[in-house]
Amino acid sequence: MNALRDLLRILVFPGMIFLVVMGMAGQYVDRKLYARLQNRVGPPWYQPVADLFKLLGKESVIPEEADRGMFRIAPVFALAAVITAFLYIPLWNTAPVLSFQGDLVVVLYLLLIPTLTFFLGGWYSRSIFSTLGAVRSITQLFAYEIPLLIALLSPALLANTWSIAGMAQYYGEHPYRWLFNLVGFGVALVTLLGKLERVPFDAPEAETEIVAGSFTEYSGRHLAFFRLAIDSEAIASSSLLAAVFLPFGLWLPWWLGVPIYLAKVAGILAVLALLRTVFARLRMDQMINFCWRYVAPIAFLQVIIDLVIKEFF
Amino acid sequence: MSDSDRVVTVPIGPQHPALKEPESFMVDLRGEKIDAVRMRFGYNHRGIEKGCEQRSYTQDLYLVERVCGICSYSHSTAFVQAVEEIAGLELPRRAKYIRTIIAELERVHSHLLWLGVAGHEIGFDTLLMYTWRDREQVMILLARLTGNRVNYGMNTVGGVRRDIAPEMIPEILKVVDSLEERTKYYINLAQSEQTVIQRLSGVGKLTKEDALLLGTVGPTARASGVDRDTRRDDPYAAYPEVSFKVITDTHCDVYGRTVVRLGELLESFSIVRQLIKNIPDGPIAIKAPRRIPEGEAVSRYEAPRGEDVHYVRGNGSEKPERVKVRAPTLANTQSVSKMLEDGYLADLPIVIAAIDPCFSCTDRMVSLRDDEAKEGRAMSWEEVSRYGVEWHKARGIDFSRVRIPGGAGE
Repeated sequence: MNALRDLLRILVFPGMIFLVVMGMAGQYVDRKLYARLQNRVGPPWYQPVADLFKLLGKESVIPEEADRGMFRIAPVFALAAVITAFLYIPLWNTAPVLSFQGDLVVVLYLLLIPTLTFFLGGWYSRSIFSTLGAVRSITQLFAYEIPLLIALLSPALLANTWSIAGMAQYYGEHPYRWLFNLVGFGVALVTLLGKLERVPFDAPEAETEIVAGSFTEYSGRHLAFFRLAIDSEAIASSSLLAAVFLPFGLWLPWWLGVPIYLAKVAGILAVLALLRTVFARLRMDQMINFCWRYVAPIAFLQVIIDLVIKEFF
Repeated sequence: MSDSDRVVTVPIGPQHPALKEPESFMVDLRGEKIDAVRMRFGYNHRGIEKGCEQRSYTQDLYLVERVCGICSYSHSTAFVQAVEEIAGLELPRRAKYIRTIIAELERVHSHLLWLGVAGHEIGFDTLLMYTWRDREQVMILLARLTGNRVNYGMNTVGGVRRDIAPEMIPEILKVVDSLEERTKYYINLAQSEQTVIQRLSGVGKLTKEDALLLGTVGPTARASGVDRDTRRDDPYAAYPEVSFKVITDTHCDVYGRTVVRLGELLESFSIVRQLIKNIPDGPIAIKAPRRIPEGEAVSRYEAPRGEDVHYVRGNGSEKPERVKVRAPTLANTQSVSKMLEDGYLADLPIVIAAIDPCFSCTDRMVSLRDDEAKEGRAMSWEEVSRYGVEWHKARGIDFSRVRIPGGAGE
């Protein structure tokens, strides 16, 4: 019975199917908000589902020169990594499906895999646009990943635990301490734009320069899986941010906890949509400059804040 | 770094999402930096000049209007001015005023369109959506004034075809007021939005010397400090009777080109207001002869993208003997490779877009070359016609009985 329950939790709730549904809902929220902020009508609610099924039904062309194995495995791998990461994140209570001491690092590692698959998928497509996009993806990774890592690790420093569930526990016992981490939250939001390759950090898939970057040669169901992975990644990372930086309302009954969790994720998605509305795309060099010159020092500031609080309070 | 030694060639075009028309840019890259750019045009040759020779002057007016979808009125006016000069027609003043009003409204819609395209090229789609929404006001106004959103069909030899009704005047002023407010908002945006400034300033540098040397025109030249505007230097239509500033800028980059275009928008609003205030009464056209006398004329016109030149030679019949169109983009394309020197790949779309190119309008000639030959080969009209018939016959379609005027069948 236990095995069946675990399987259900992994595949249906709060695992794969839940995450995918959330991913599509998240995509809808993002697109609709983006459209409304731009004075457009925006898509109907079922557009992400329609897009997914349309792509699934389309022919999937693999370039002759591409490495067939890598080309096909990259999207599935990306999705699998995101789903695995999601299982470690507490959603509306303090108990995720899986948890152990140090799972925060594992989640960060798992959320890094999609970017690596973008690189591998693009690189092994062998097309010039894909290659350029792949190289840009990996270059950008070095710019945003470290500030993001530092920003996410400093609350853990304060909580003195490397487990996300443990952190939730700590911030539950010390309410309002999460308010000290707001600087890190800002850093995480900005770097998340880089992770999700959105404006202003969408140079890896800048349409007007390199068509669709890594995804130029992808079509049909392979592209569908990539898109699904990106949407799910958005949800998983927002949930992670919500769990680490906004740990409140975790002891309420589920009928209160679930709406609060959804509101947190929707709020983070809304901020991301707003940010991508108001900026122009930065060049690669500008992006790296920005991340190392401003974002990384601010992330270190968060570490210092947390160390000071830990020492004196 | 070994990476920077390797040169990668990226084909931007003939089909590419950054380009609105087919043209080819082969870009050699070292890392993200541009090493060299090879441009190739000619994917859009439509034979309009030849077509003009086979149609009457009135028909040509509509053909020439279709040289460009954005600055259609520029081409039609430049052409009709040349014809009127040959025929020695003096236009009624009201016709001149109406022509100028339409011309300036066209400039407004063209510059707003450019602003949106520029936003899109630097990944700022919000700007695109905003400007194109605002542009819709002037498009609707133009449709109300002329009957069409583009290709207005407003000109005729000896005047214009539609009068501006008195009840339209408040509508024009309303649109001008509303757009002026929006333009001020965009100027503020261009001056304060950091990512926009970072992407535009210092990009696509073109010094004043280079701008003169490469023969640039329009906003591209004016943004490099070249004080040139046909509307002031060689005034036509009602321009001698209005006062306006020629906007120049010394940034010499894409940012400067943006500033110039935004400034020109404000000038256009002021010109339209002056024209509407002083528009005289009277006829809107005079009767023009069907046969235009022998003679030739060159007509210059300041299109939104720069100076547009039309040359017309009449031979006393109702068809012109030769029509030559020099679209402003032709003058500006030469400068693009200069602007791209030492630039980034990421800046290529915006640098190309910054001259506001209109490649379909530019393609005037196709050079036929055998595979090995260095030199081009000239073919007469009969030869081309015969070649076309043979080509299709070999593929099972027989066009030999179709009579083309002036073609091989005649």
